[in-house]
Amino acid sequence: MTKHLPRVDVVLVGFGWTGAIFAEKLTAAGLDVLALERGPWRDTPSDFATTFAQDELRYYWRHGMFQEASQDTLTFRNNSAQTALPMRRWGSFLPGNGVGGAGVHWNGQTYRFLPSDFVARSHNEERYGPLPADMTVQDYGVTYEELEPHFDYFEKICGICGQAGNVNGETIEGGNPFEGMRSDQYPNPPMRMTFSQDRFAASARALGLNPFPVPSANMSRAYVNPLGLQMAPCTYCGFCEKHGCGNYSKASPQTTIIPVLMRRPNFGLRTNSEVLSVEKTPDGKHATGVTYVDTSGEVWFQPADIVILCAYPLQNTRLLLLSEIGAPYDPRTGEGVVGKNYCYQVMSSATVFFEDEYTNGFVGAGALGMVVDDYNGDNFDHSGLGFIGGGYIACGTTNARPIESHPVPEDVPRWGSAWKKAVRENFLKTTSVGVHGASMAHRSNYLDLDPTYKDVWGRPLLRMTYDFTLNDRRLTEHLTPVAEEIARGMGGAHVKVNARRGSYDSKPYQTTHNTGGTIMGTDPASSVVNRYGQSWDLPNLFVTGAGLFPQNAGYNPTGTVGALAYWSVDAIINQYLPDPGPLVRP
Amino acid sequence: MSRLRNALLAGTFAGALGLGIAPAALAQELSFSQVERGRYLATASDCVACHTDIEEGGKRYAGGRGLETPFGTIYSSNLTPDEATGLGRWSRDEFYRALNEGISRDGSHLYPAMPYPHFTKMSREDADAIFAYLRTLEPVTAEIPENALPFPLSIRMSVAGWKLLFFDKEGFAVDPDQSEEWNRGRYLVDALAHCGACHTGKNLLGADKEDEYLRGGTLDNWYAPNIRGGVNGGLADWEAEDIVRFLGEGRSRHTAPMQRMGEVVGLSTQHLRDEDLMAIAVYLKSLDDAPREEAETPSQARFETGEAIYFDNCAACHSADRSGVPYIFAPLDSSNKVTAEDPSTAIRIILGGARAQQTEAVPSQIAMPPFAWKLTDQQVADVVTYLRAASDRKAGPVSAGEVEDMRAHLQEK
Repeated sequence: MTKHLPRVDVVLVGFGWTGAIFAEKLTAAGLDVLALERGPWRDTPSDFATTFAQDELRYYWRHGMFQEASQDTLTFRNNSAQTALPMRRWGSFLPGNGVGGAGVHWNGQTYRFLPSDFVARSHNEERYGPLPADMTVQDYGVTYEELEPHFDYFEKICGICGQAGNVNGETIEGGNPFEGMRSDQYPNPPMRMTFSQDRFAASARALGLNPFPVPSANMSRAYVNPLGLQMAPCTYCGFCEKHGCGNYSKASPQTTIIPVLMRRPNFGLRTNSEVLSVEKTPDGKHATGVTYVDTSGEVWFQPADIVILCAYPLQNTRLLLLSEIGAPYDPRTGEGVVGKNYCYQVMSSATVFFEDEYTNGFVGAGALGMVVDDYNGDNFDHSGLGFIGGGYIACGTTNARPIESHPVPEDVPRWGSAWKKAVRENFLKTTSVGVHGASMAHRSNYLDLDPTYKDVWGRPLLRMTYDFTLNDRRLTEHLTPVAEEIARGMGGAHVKVNARRGSYDSKPYQTTHNTGGTIMGTDPASSVVNRYGQSWDLPNLFVTGAGLFPQNAGYNPTGTVGALAYWSVDAIINQYLPDPGPLVRP
Repeated sequence: MSRLRNALLAGTFAGALGLGIAPAALAQELSFSQVERGRYLATASDCVACHTDIEEGGKRYAGGRGLETPFGTIYSSNLTPDEATGLGRWSRDEFYRALNEGISRDGSHLYPAMPYPHFTKMSREDADAIFAYLRTLEPVTAEIPENALPFPLSIRMSVAGWKLLFFDKEGFAVDPDQSEEWNRGRYLVDALAHCGACHTGKNLLGADKEDEYLRGGTLDNWYAPNIRGGVNGGLADWEAEDIVRFLGEGRSRHTAPMQRMGEVVGLSTQHLRDEDLMAIAVYLKSLDDAPREEAETPSQARFETGEAIYFDNCAACHSADRSGVPYIFAPLDSSNKVTAEDPSTAIRIILGGARAQQTEAVPSQIAMPPFAWKLTDQQVADVVTYLRAASDRKAGPVSAGEVEDMRAHLQEK
């Protein structure tokens, strides 16, 4: 028996980065906002205090911060000819859970996508001719120039530490010469680099490349953000990714937005409340609210004037499919939109082993690194290469967490005394040059509902059908040798190349940059939402997050996710509220 | 606006019934400016903190908060103008007498948990303004629990003897040799904000020791630090501006208010005008203190043990050189909590953790986690001993027994 609750102006599904951004702006605009979060309340002193934040067993091995696969998972297969099976333990990616979402346990690398990334189809076709028929790459419908003020604001909220390369058209030495024009500097200077970054930068420069510091949400100094919230300097402890920061040094919803939000009387948060479906009017033209279930199994209907999906991309896609909103994507016909253009990223690396020099990788931070962008996006000529897009190549010292991280050269046994000896010899003397490759959308990669497996509430699991595409393979084969060349120039004794070959394997960890499924665009026939993140079908339903990306770029997504969220909430406040209805007429 | 008007009318009506004064006359007294002034003075006096059952989410000013004293628990009274349970039947003369003499409406003595030894310095005009403001509150019917005091303290007449010994009903005397600002600061500190209620040492019967004025005091196992200035006081290293920011924004270079003082800043001082905060600062800075006695030095081994514990557990936030991150993580090289004669607060924060007060100006809620589960009594004693010995103003060693007592106290709570 579903119980009805009093109406609110806005209900948010999920309370991570985008939920916090929407809630902050919408409550400031005077609306009554309620956020429903599937997981628990989480805050620094209670859940990842300095006294236990570095517990690798708890957070990494036992997945302290992640969605529990026993509560909800997805099924996976490489292609439509296979039968998908449930992922019973996370591997390749680690969806977040709880207040703050993955924004609690991210590394903090905060890039802006390139201007050409937002117009990937039109830009590449103009330069290189028509794309292959099965590459369902699309333009975002929003441009870098439109998003720029929102990138800027998100960087100030987070206190991003970096070196600008292009401020108002002026090229600045030491920054990224390829970046889109910025209206302002980063709010904080770059982090302090270590031995590995110095060697990487020198080697990259010798090859004629343009190294610059990774834009970091780990603080290089004390900072107060525009909401008055304080952040402390990073201690370089190397427990960012998969961990919460106990030192208030990593931008997260908890450190940058939530304390302000929780004081506002027009904001409400219900944790441990899982939304089961978005409800619609009988004519199917408006959302009426959401149905959710609490930990006692009580089912509630929460009416709202506006519904915003702020959960993880995989969850947002599934919720639309379960709620029968938008046409599900059909890979055979290429028609339908929900679940379309699921993308990932193609990661490879080259590990450098030094003999007499120490890299001391335990002095790290999630976004401590130097990076080159010369092979990202369309920063290089792709003529005759047979692929589009690219990736950054970086030397990050993110951690040397001992359970997770013990690189050894290729010829060392995988276990036993020889392995232990090699771990001992190499633990303080290795670093890695990574390639963060883009993933272009393909007709055969998509998300839909699984026909067999169901969750604890009896709802079908999401099914992922994904494999690396020809574009991905050519991209990684082109970029990995560049990483290897930089690595070989860093003065180590030995370089081990970790190429990405064969089919996508969902078991080893690669990256939690799952995108698409609820893509934005210019046409209801090929996208789920318009350029503002507004549903083409239900004008009072908005979707946010990396699910909006029509294809994935060669960067970490959070900077662009933040900018899109601020862009979208700005449109709600300044365009939708004065005149509720479709913001774009097809 | 309409709510305010209704409240004014309600106050007028209740007042007319209780006092038999012509409503027109009272209405004039309840002028906007007087009520506003009263609200400000009530805020400066932090009435709301004791007279609201904060722990149980009680209505503002409706009383019922249990105040733990060394003698037992005393429950605060209902200050709303409710006829039966609040100040509804009180006259402003009776209210003034309560502040000035510690005598209730029925003539009984008030327990000095109500800080009338401070409020006795308050001017009649200010007391009347506070009363005027309280009359405008929405009446709340709230029965107050019986005080939990042992005999003979449970007999209110026992307070008469206490007053005879310790209560001087003397008004506030302006010191003509000092500036207007200094005198205003002293009035705020002594007559309104009653800082000495916590920051002045008490005798065995809970009365202020005169020679301990603002030299620090212990309350419910917190040590409220020495807040005298000069060259030897606990605020010697603080600029007046630091005091203003601490009280007004909830942060200073040195520390942030937390727990008890956090409540004071959150409910009271952050709402005060900057010139009043500066007056407080000027006054406190003017109070010097006697030089400290030379502290006993711990053994080198103990110092090094404490230093190692500090480096492993504390340095990530408070810096290896103990200089902290000003405004965020307290510097410990010059902390008046660390070097207080009574180390209770330092021990208590290490064991139980602490959260910086959230204010309008600084909404962050940066917290220190508890270490009770991680460090033994000896380890806590060693690290506090190290910090006290390494500080600019040295203080003597701390024993594991002191930590053990605090741990037992915190477990009881």
